[in-house]
Amino acid sequence: MGHYGSGKTNAAINYAILLKTKGIDTAIYDLDIVNPYFRTVDGKNLLDKYGVELVASKYAATNVDVPAMEAGNYGIVDNRKKHAVVDVGGDDRGALALGRYAKDIIAENNYDMLLVVNKYRFETKDIDGVLNIKDEIERACNIKFNGIVNNSNLGNETTAQTVLDSIAFIEEVSNKTGLKIKFTCIREDLYHSLQGNIKNLMPMQIIKYGSWQ
Amino acid sequence: MADKVLMKGNEALAEAAIMAGCKHYYGYPITPQTEIAAYMARRMPKVGGVFLQAESEIAAINMVIGSAAAGKRTMTSSSSPGISLKSEGISYLAGCDLPALIVNVQRGGPGLGGIQPSQADYFQAIKGGGHGDYKLIVLAPNSVQETVDLTFKGFDLADKYRMPVMLLSDGTIGQMMEPVSLNQSKNATYDKSWAVTGTYGKRTKNIVNSLCLRPEELEEWNKARYERYNKIAKEETLYEEYLTEDAEICIVAFGIASRVSKNAVNAGRKLGIKAGMIRPITLWPFPNEVLAQTAKRVKAFISVELSMGQMIDDVKLAINCSRPVTLCSRSGGMIMSPEEILQKIIEVDGGKQ
Repeated sequence: MGHYGSGKTNAAINYAILLKTKGIDTAIYDLDIVNPYFRTVDGKNLLDKYGVELVASKYAATNVDVPAMEAGNYGIVDNRKKHAVVDVGGDDRGALALGRYAKDIIAENNYDMLLVVNKYRFETKDIDGVLNIKDEIERACNIKFNGIVNNSNLGNETTAQTVLDSIAFIEEVSNKTGLKIKFTCIREDLYHSLQGNIKNLMPMQIIKYGSWQ
Repeated sequence: MADKVLMKGNEALAEAAIMAGCKHYYGYPITPQTEIAAYMARRMPKVGGVFLQAESEIAAINMVIGSAAAGKRTMTSSSSPGISLKSEGISYLAGCDLPALIVNVQRGGPGLGGIQPSQADYFQAIKGGGHGDYKLIVLAPNSVQETVDLTFKGFDLADKYRMPVMLLSDGTIGQMMEPVSLNQSKNATYDKSWAVTGTYGKRTKNIVNSLCLRPEELEEWNKARYERYNKIAKEETLYEEYLTEDAEICIVAFGIASRVSKNAVNAGRKLGIKAGMIRPITLWPFPNEVLAQTAKRVKAFISVELSMGQMIDDVKLAINCSRPVTLCSRSGGMIMSPEEILQKIIEVDGGKQ
């Protein structure tokens, strides 16, 4: 979860694939009820390749412009055979959708709720901006975060230095919030240049949207 | 140069508007434009501005008329069906000689259509969605950075010529995330002595109105406005040329279609086909002159558009039909692939590949 545009979908898809490759049977749930474009389903080919199950509204990324929740989303709390990675879209308004399952999630008490942070997003480029989004999301879904994902990037212009320059900021966020940094995302072609320099570095295969890039 | 940040087209546009001194925004949510309204709702109270969600698009554009008449930098935004609703008010803005920025983040139509990107509001923007003799300056960005730059420019052009300006975006440019610099040069100041701000008993009253009861006078108003339009056509036309110097086949494309076209031009060049591209940045005024000049050198043009073919008419007019102009288009929210455009380039080149 996190600010919209912080890269939650890419991080969630790659995290789900990472779990799957470690032998943990994993499903990914698209809980985005806000964004009309760029959805978890855009990563379907990649997810299929690794055998990660995708649970998403059949209306996602179509012309049906209604906030739709898939009945299969109950698997998040009901399916004990699979690990669930939940991609929760769009700020606090998106987090309301997760609130539907808050009671069960808290009762089960076997979850990570991860705040995805990109220091290069305009509204989360300072600590106050991050704290603001964090509070809004927690209030909307009634669950507290317990970790941070550093997904600081500048899109196509991301270099290893871009990621290195974010570390001090993310550590400050960690200190201010008391949340541990679960992992730092990095585009796979940059992974080797930073391997060993940053703790818990996660290589990412970026979903490419569209033919204009 | 300011540090780069990663922004969505729509939010970058909204922030740029605020930086340009726009403190008055009136709108109504519609996909794929809603982030502009949502951003304004969050930011305007923090900068001492006004965000007002109107009861409809029609109400919003009429609020724009009010703020603009008071001399304030004013903006509204919507997506295609909402712009149809605003069209009456846009004609009134033109008739009242009022500056304002109107943003259209286009989606597929006609009617309610769909929510995926489109460029099928070209005719509406260029030929006049509203009634009467008027023009809008129409700016068509093809990246998030250019969205920011043209937002600054749009407010300046509106104030400079006292007329409404349209920023014609589309769902893809509005929703995509790209790194941007929010570089703001100092905002220029413009004479607004015409604004309705209260006389305080010190001057005669200003009247902002589009009603004219004497036809002779209305004709004079229209002629004066068209003199201004002619000046704009001479001085404000913007375009980008890509590999046109030795080109034999020239693509004409704007906005997101120009991004895909650029890839197709590069692919064509790899096959040894001399392809190039002219990208109109102002759709009105249209880059007639450069197209006419290019027509003397190239064999053929291809108009690449996300519509059933609208800009193609203006390309033909600009070159006086002196070369064949072929259409490469997708509609209804679909975007062509570079391969589809390349196929068209090969066909037009004689199909030898």
